[in-house]
Amino acid sequence: MDAEREVLDVLARNAREDIDDIAAQTGLDADAVAEAIATLEANHVVHGYQAVVDWDRVDEGKIRAVAEINVELDRETGYDQVADRIAKFPAVDALHLVSGDYDFAVEVLGETMQDVSRFISEQVAPMPEVTQTVTHYIMETYKDGGVRFEDGDDDDRLSVSP
Amino acid sequence: MRLSDRARDLPESGIRKFFELAEARDDVISLGVGEPDFSAPWAARTAAIDSLERGKTSYTSNRGMAALRERIAAHHERYDQPYDPTDEVLVTTGASEAVDLALRALVDPGDTVAVHEPTYISYGPGIELAGGERLTVPTLAADDFVLTREQLEASGAADADLLVLCYPNNPTGATMSDEAFAEVAAFCRDNDLRVIADEIYAALTYGTDHASIATQPGMRERTVVINGFSKAYAMTGLRLGYALGPTDAIDAMNRIHQYTMLSAPTTPQYAAIEALDSCDDEVAEMVGEYNRRRRLVVSRFNEMGLDTFEPGGAFYAFPNCGGDDEAFAEELLEAQGVAVVPGSVFGAGGEGHLRVSYATSMRELKEATDRIATFVADRE
Repeated sequence: MDAEREVLDVLARNAREDIDDIAAQTGLDADAVAEAIATLEANHVVHGYQAVVDWDRVDEGKIRAVAEINVELDRETGYDQVADRIAKFPAVDALHLVSGDYDFAVEVLGETMQDVSRFISEQVAPMPEVTQTVTHYIMETYKDGGVRFEDGDDDDRLSVSP
Repeated sequence: MRLSDRARDLPESGIRKFFELAEARDDVISLGVGEPDFSAPWAARTAAIDSLERGKTSYTSNRGMAALRERIAAHHERYDQPYDPTDEVLVTTGASEAVDLALRALVDPGDTVAVHEPTYISYGPGIELAGGERLTVPTLAADDFVLTREQLEASGAADADLLVLCYPNNPTGATMSDEAFAEVAAFCRDNDLRVIADEIYAALTYGTDHASIATQPGMRERTVVINGFSKAYAMTGLRLGYALGPTDAIDAMNRIHQYTMLSAPTTPQYAAIEALDSCDDEVAEMVGEYNRRRRLVVSRFNEMGLDTFEPGGAFYAFPNCGGDDEAFAEELLEAQGVAVVPGSVFGAGGEGHLRVSYATSMRELKEATDRIATFVADRE
């Protein structure tokens, strides 16, 4: 496995690992880790570093929705152009072109339900290419970013065993 | 009640004392645990649940379900260990039962059984229960705890009847290469020793493939290989292991097994079939995570001045604590609330070392090694 992949495996688990700890875990030296991170960023393999947040536990939490969006393309407009327009809205947290019954899956983040529905009805639906939207409000998140949202199991192993 | 001499003479395990000391406190970070911190892969757990829902609660064949034995045999092709699932594989209640059966099937009263140390604590008592005499063969820190022909010769193992091997090793994390096994295999052939090879940590090797003495020329017919699902698939509590060996040995073990255990528990056998069918990726994930922790732990111990060789397998590091390991472990627990196991618990050659398990989350490993570094600095 090359250095970048090893560093990426550590960052994908915990982006807050410091360079010395990544070096210790990968067996690389600190300079090589810094270089690998710089390369990953420069090549846009790593686009950023975010916390995995359970918004339900934040007092002024956020409302999340997944909107299914169907579009009709023409000679001048492809998926990339439509995606570019949708992605520019800050309310769009994630945007995927998907296979199946609809074209885009859009994850929308808003302060209130009204914010989200207004965004879909006033910004997305009127776009000339958009033919249909279906919005699903997320009621409960159990796992996100590969992390299970729970209080954590107590370690019930014997504290010392052979 | 009057007890048998055998039971009365059986000593309490040395690990017990540290278990009690650690259990007495509630702020302890334990690096003393000899089992994975992961749970069994979910697919394997659901297979167990499904089997219960379908009412699969009867005995299985003495040797274990045929479907499981076939998969075990196929799985071991990756280690160049070809065994016939019909009569060369025996599924047992944990690898521990397989060790016990192998000793009882191969040891006559008065036979000498050589065991390298430091090693897992159950072989000695198992040998004694089988009526054998234990011969200790120390392995050396200078050899990174690899068993050598010199050590076998120096310990008088040429006169032994049987050799018990445990590589990848608990407690040292040491592994043996094919070249190192070639020497030991030659010694065994020259001196007509049979071998019980406990390879329970075979799936947990880092950077090198698992090597087995059973693949050495002339060794398959004199070796019983023991393995299981506990460590690789994080299934310790499901108690499922197995033995692989020549037909006569497996037959003999099965005869004892059919009277003492009848069959291994049924539910875990369903979990194990699924584990072998579909959980390689999860095992690879766990191995990747152990490997990162291993490197972190080894580098941190070396940085704090406790010499630690690079262990090639299992999930243990074996730092040299430079003195009385029992006192070190007790004082560390008292001063910093970190539990480790003194190396001397695991026999000759373990003294002056600590068994540090890295089957604990990265966060806890960092906190624990920070505390140990403080303890070491305060001690100087």
